[in-house]
Amino acid sequence: MIDIGLIGDLYVFVLAGFLGYQVISRVSPLLHTPLMSATNAISGISLVGSLVVAGAGYNEISTLLGFVAVTCSTINVVGGFLITDRILKMFRAAGAGPAPGGGNAKGTASGSK
Amino acid sequence: MRRDLLQLFYLVSAILFVMGLRGLSHPKTARRGMFLAELGMLLAIIGSLLHHEIIGYRWIAAGLVLGTAIGVPMAMWIPMTAVPQRTALSHSFGALAASLIGISEYYRHGAALGSVRVGVIGVEVMLGSLTFTGSLMAAGKLQGLIRGYPITWRGQNFSNLSILAAMLALIVALMFVPSSTAAFYSMVGLAFFFGVLFILPIGAADMPVVIALLNSYAGLTDAAMGFMLDNKIQIITGSLDGSSGFILSILMCRAMNRSITNVLFGAFGKVQDKPAELEGKKPIRQCSVEEAAELLGTSRSVVFVPGYGMAVSQAQHRVREVADMLKNKGVQVRYGIHAVAGRMPGHMNVLLAEVKVP
Repeated sequence: MIDIGLIGDLYVFVLAGFLGYQVISRVSPLLHTPLMSATNAISGISLVGSLVVAGAGYNEISTLLGFVAVTCSTINVVGGFLITDRILKMFRAAGAGPAPGGGNAKGTASGSK
Repeated sequence: MRRDLLQLFYLVSAILFVMGLRGLSHPKTARRGMFLAELGMLLAIIGSLLHHEIIGYRWIAAGLVLGTAIGVPMAMWIPMTAVPQRTALSHSFGALAASLIGISEYYRHGAALGSVRVGVIGVEVMLGSLTFTGSLMAAGKLQGLIRGYPITWRGQNFSNLSILAAMLALIVALMFVPSSTAAFYSMVGLAFFFGVLFILPIGAADMPVVIALLNSYAGLTDAAMGFMLDNKIQIITGSLDGSSGFILSILMCRAMNRSITNVLFGAFGKVQDKPAELEGKKPIRQCSVEEAAELLGTSRSVVFVPGYGMAVSQAQHRVREVADMLKNKGVQVRYGIHAVAGRMPGHMNVLLAEVKVP
């Protein structure tokens, strides 16, 4: 009933979920805003699916929907990466000295001198 | 051959995404990390352009150009205080794209799909549609276009849950009768509607949690799209994204001493809880500007606790000036930033970084 491709996809999904958990847990709370805009940008990966639908010329409606989808996800990708870069640029200018510790998730002071 | 090449491109870009997110664990490596992620995205796009089913590039090019033309100004000229709105808006675009592709897939294949595939498409379109309207609502609330306080009515949780149940029931029905277009499109309509209803009862102050959650939904939508198109890179990124959003929303709820169910469904209880909570706390001393200045001048250690008020009044430059003056007097200046201060996790850190506060 369930084809083998779907099971393979499920493997990838679950393992990537674990990997994501491990990687994201290490991100310092200081960088949560750029993290969010960055994940926002990479969630524009729906672009790759949209590209195929827009370009394959299945029928008119699919092409139109694909075109709108390509536009929307391009906004996501371009805008997301640009603003992340803008935010991080400020951090770099600021963090010339010893980088701030960032505090922990419970919201204690992210102190620095 | 071309297919294998495509998969190789995707594999490399998946690795680059993971390394990019890893870079964010430290401010020093963050920009390099983002560069890697950008490279990954570029590779994924180039790889997809080689896809064997693509026959015409006209619409693709038009979409890319138009999207860039809208995306660049949105990113470059938006003030830092408005970053949360932009992110929410961007989520809604991504979700809309995913939802449209799902609809197009269903439209194209219709009943020819197996019941499992139709189920996957159903979930994908449902998540995409509700994230689209939900994010639009969240952006509207943050921007002040929609009034920020919780909008509630009797039996709200019940009606929301029944809509959710109805959508799931429609998806199950679709799995048994894949050709039922009426069921599919009414499910889509309900999902758009649900996104609005879902955000209405949540106050603007809880929006950071909601944005993080919507981020997670957007990720899950991507993953579902990957299942639908059998595209591994989308599953991987969607999964990364989903766990990121989920972790962030949990962290923020913990920082506010509230459970996530309380934030999402607790619009009623909140009103009654608050006075009781406040009574237990220490009295707040109010003072005039002169008193405050004197107090600051004579103290040895000062902690700034910036909130959204600073963001609204663009006071971060003043804060910096005051801090500099105090430092010249030999006062120890520190910053205490609550994890959910502002309208987004870490929002205050960004604003302070804007005025070069370490």
